Amino acid sequence: MNKIMSELLKVPTMAEFMAAGKQPEVLFWVGCAGSFDDRAKKITKAFVKLLNKANVEFAVLGTEESCTGDPAKRSGNEFLFQMQAVTNIEVMNAYEIKKIVTACPHCFNTIKNEYPELGGTYEVMHHTQFLKSLLNEGRLSIEGGEYKGKRITFHDPCYLGRANDVYEAPRDLIRKLDAELVEMKSCKSRGLCCGAGGAQMFKEPEQGHKDVNIERTEQALETQPQIIAAGCPFCNTMMTDGVKNKERENDIAVMDIAELIANAQDL
Amino acid sequence: MSFLPQLIFAIALVIGIGYFANNVRKLMRNIKLGRDVDINDNKPQRWKNMAMIALGQSKMVKRPIAGFLHIIVYVGFVIINIEVLEIIIDGLTGQHRIFSSAGEIYDILIGSFELLAFAVLVAVIVFWIRRNIVKLKRFLSSEMKGWPKSDGNIILYFEVVLMCLFLTMNGADLQLQLNGAEGYPTAGSFPISQWLLPLFDGLSNSTLIIIERTAWWLHILGILTFLNYLYFSKHLHILLAFPNTYYGKLTPKGQFENLEAVTNEVKMMMDPNVDPFAAPPEGTEAAVPAKFGASDVQDLSWVNLLNAYTCTECGRCTSECPANQTGKKLSPRKIMMDTRDRLEEVGKNIDANKGEFKDDNKQLLGDYITNEELWACTSCNACVEACPVSIDPLNIIMQMRQYLVMEQSAAPMELNNMMTNIENNGAPWPYNQMDRLNWKNE
Repeated sequence: MNKIMSELLKVPTMAEFMAAGKQPEVLFWVGCAGSFDDRAKKITKAFVKLLNKANVEFAVLGTEESCTGDPAKRSGNEFLFQMQAVTNIEVMNAYEIKKIVTACPHCFNTIKNEYPELGGTYEVMHHTQFLKSLLNEGRLSIEGGEYKGKRITFHDPCYLGRANDVYEAPRDLIRKLDAELVEMKSCKSRGLCCGAGGAQMFKEPEQGHKDVNIERTEQALETQPQIIAAGCPFCNTMMTDGVKNKERENDIAVMDIAELIANAQDL
Repeated sequence: MSFLPQLIFAIALVIGIGYFANNVRKLMRNIKLGRDVDINDNKPQRWKNMAMIALGQSKMVKRPIAGFLHIIVYVGFVIINIEVLEIIIDGLTGQHRIFSSAGEIYDILIGSFELLAFAVLVAVIVFWIRRNIVKLKRFLSSEMKGWPKSDGNIILYFEVVLMCLFLTMNGADLQLQLNGAEGYPTAGSFPISQWLLPLFDGLSNSTLIIIERTAWWLHILGILTFLNYLYFSKHLHILLAFPNTYYGKLTPKGQFENLEAVTNEVKMMMDPNVDPFAAPPEGTEAAVPAKFGASDVQDLSWVNLLNAYTCTECGRCTSECPANQTGKKLSPRKIMMDTRDRLEEVGKNIDANKGEFKDDNKQLLGDYITNEELWACTSCNACVEACPVSIDPLNIIMQMRQYLVMEQSAAPMELNNMMTNIENNGAPWPYNQMDRLNWKNE
């Protein structure tokens, strides 16, 4: 079954586009989590299905993509960050890339805000913004499907929300599913972090009385959701762990917005 | 008529303002100990931010109760200062209520000052109750023990005393006006202090004059004392909130600065035409900083230091911090207070050593802020968003992490592993870069 599904996925690379003498409409920056993390790979595939469905001419860098350097920079290793940035920028500039979409708010923030000064200026969109624009242009339609009327709460990723003031695109998409969007007590500009940012994803937390993802999961559970929607692979992991910790994984799903839209259309 | 009171007044004014000016000079010198950064961009937006955030209190009202009460005290403070202007002119010229020639306008002015003074009194009492009886969590953190707690209360006591003196002065004045006392012509309206009249009932004019004069003198001397208290207090925010919001960050919160010195080195490493053994071109040695990141206040930028002096310890940052909420040691407010306290220590060191800083074997990192606090940060920007006066604790945390990693290689083991992975295979996990597209066929 998986084999058949994946055969349907069209994932051309920049190298293939270049060999054919063509430019894609947009570069899909997959990111490390989206490439290697088992849970995040599902998000990547869901987003690709939507891109295929909407007939978007996109490409990935594939083996030419490398970490943006975000976790290195937030750890304080500016050297490593800039080495990564300059390498990635060289690759992307060589392909004359103009527009980038990514499902990772950390990659989104870094490429959008920190690459220009180092020579890499692109139009960068988070996948929820991109899906919203496809919807507005009539290239993608969204149906509620199995999510119609479901209670969904959205967890704002810090690097999408506070860091870049993107609050509405993901929410608009959830509303399009005819779902009941419920807000947590800390949301939008006051959204509580999942606990993964600033390279925390890669280390044990400092001593405290609780883990940040448990605190955030408790806030999410207060809304009595059926689904916790996320827009970041790291938030997704943290919230999934939180839901498991609360032994609610059987009745509450943590899903990326791209997955919700793709699933609703049985893609 | 004796000129003695005028002389005493003038001396008090000169001492009060002179000492304050001296402290302001010290304050500016200390702020300038920070690393130089050039902030000259987008002036219209900066003025707008100052008007909205400092003058307009736009972020204060995000928490409606504290925001509303604060606006009362703030508006009261600004407007009642018109009265202080009159007091100063009266004091220097030996006149009494010199603005009263404005007639009806004066009545409206004094009337509104009184209403505001009463509102301020109520607000300040509520503030005191919030700090001392309701015991709001954000006023109880460990960094608030001792002086910071006293400081918060002293400011409130100052304000209560000043407002009471103002109303007493007016009440006694009104009674003298009603008595037809010489030198107290009918002027002003007294919607609040008229309720004090029963207290003055039956007192002789000379006693009333003593009460009125005493309240008048204590009020203005109190204001001068308060002015000089500012430098030693978190209350400095009433002045520094303005420049601080002006110089606040305009770029997206997620955008962290790229270190220019690193950029130069990285560019050289990436350039195949560079001769790695060539002597650096003239003048570039100075461009490489003595150290990467910050371990002490002099390594931070002057904006970081201005931030530190502006902090009024409200704790909104700390109450929004995910690390602090879950019991970690990190408190963004403590980062700001530590920076300020260390800067003060450095400033005093300079004063004691004839203008030169003598190494005291202490620094911000370790002696004030621990590694544990710095590594607990998720860089989520909640503290930056919460600050009502555009302070950026995250920027300081990141500069100190840079020092830990680039100067001391003191990152936690797991982060070193993560960084090694990025160096070796372009991902934070040990996966081969050649496998990046494998998901396509899984």
